[in-house]
Amino acid sequence: MIRAVLALALAAFAAGACAPASAASLPTQIGIRIHYSHFSPDKIDVPIGVPVTFTLVNDDPIEHEWLLGDEAFHARHRLGTEAVHGDRPNEISLPPMTTKTTTITFDKPGELTFICHFPGHEAYGMVGVLRVHP
Amino acid sequence: MRAFLAGLAALVATFVAAAQPAAACAGLIGPNGAVNLLRTSTFAGYHDGVEHYVTSFQFAGGSGQFGSLIPLPGIPDKVERGGDWTLQRLVRETAPVGRFDALQRSALAAAPAPAQVILTARVDALDITVLKGGGAEVGQWATEHGFRLPADAPEVLDFYANRSPIFMAAVFDADAAKARGQNIGDGTPVHLTIPTESPWVPLRILSLGKKADDRVDADVYLLTDQRPALLPYPFANGMRLDHSAAATTSLLNDLRSDKGMGWIPQSAWLTKIAIDASASQLTYDLAVGTSGVSPSRVAAGLEPPASAPAPTQQSAELFALIGIAIAAGGTVVLLRTTQRVIA
Repeated sequence: MIRAVLALALAAFAAGACAPASAASLPTQIGIRIHYSHFSPDKIDVPIGVPVTFTLVNDDPIEHEWLLGDEAFHARHRLGTEAVHGDRPNEISLPPMTTKTTTITFDKPGELTFICHFPGHEAYGMVGVLRVHP
Repeated sequence: MRAFLAGLAALVATFVAAAQPAAACAGLIGPNGAVNLLRTSTFAGYHDGVEHYVTSFQFAGGSGQFGSLIPLPGIPDKVERGGDWTLQRLVRETAPVGRFDALQRSALAAAPAPAQVILTARVDALDITVLKGGGAEVGQWATEHGFRLPADAPEVLDFYANRSPIFMAAVFDADAAKARGQNIGDGTPVHLTIPTESPWVPLRILSLGKKADDRVDADVYLLTDQRPALLPYPFANGMRLDHSAAATTSLLNDLRSDKGMGWIPQSAWLTKIAIDASASQLTYDLAVGTSGVSPSRVAAGLEPPASAPAPTQQSAELFALIGIAIAAGGTVVLLRTTQRVIA
């Protein structure tokens, strides 16, 4: 029951992130739930130039990660050697059933992706898109 | 991250290649998430509302520890070493002579209550733990005990836990097997006695960790008082009826003479179901009904339960269903990377 309420709260929290609008009206507090090895929402719009705080909720009993960047960034991480992330705001490791927050200020517009690079997870669908709006 | 895990894989892949326990009906989860289905044998029998589930873990050499999670329809009364020839005898009954080789298979996130350990048992080189809990609880228990679950595990564990929150975790200690003098290929049968009102055979779990196009091969043997009704029906999506006939007296006598198999009745019906499906097709389990009792669509995984049921401790009814035997059906083998489940 608690989990259901929290999920609903998170969904409402995230709802603002799903509706593209002008940069000024875009949310700076984003909730992303990981459930059954998928990100929800998997499409996010954020404003440029202001701090955006992401609350990442791993609802699964397995470890995941949230790595946000461009294609070159993900190409490196597909071949990377870091066992655990956490030192950089766009690279977050999420142990089972945990929540973490991270704050990022985007300095240029464009499209990034967030992916879990654990083996098999990207292929299973753990991919999301983040658009930075001027 | 991937390269790091690949490096880890270089270490543990040796174990996978050399020490994998051919846990019955098992999909072995490798460090890269790939699953190699192992075709071995499992038996689960039903009589008087009690399921007798026998599964075999095959020693394949090497060292290290490996585990499997098996969804169960209820809480076992007893876990013990199984008989030595039941599984082989069932295969021989429906396979041409000379085909014995067929046997060779958070702040916001509410932290779950820990999975409850119902019982533990040691069978040869196997540590058995029966767990009660939801998919998240059992998944977290497995993670905390060194299992590395694939990406689809959370959904698949919930699929089973919503019907019966009972799982058996088995850890095969290859070093202990060697110390016991077990030879490569030696199997360790485990016999679980499970009272249950709604027998079913887990099949979907065979696809765990596999890609959509990967193949799943399994043989399911059913032994019932009478010809059973089965779901899904008609057979499709990789499910095929290979044998349906009265069980021979010699088969029943042979099974009855094996260790722990005295419950085998004087007459029965033998059915063999072959599973030859892609992983994406295997979205169901096998539910069985006899004596006019229709098999449950919920038990077959064809529709969700109204609510998560509490597992039954003991059935008061007598079931016409006598037995279910599986060859290569219903176990998930998960790679252990670190610690033991039960010391």
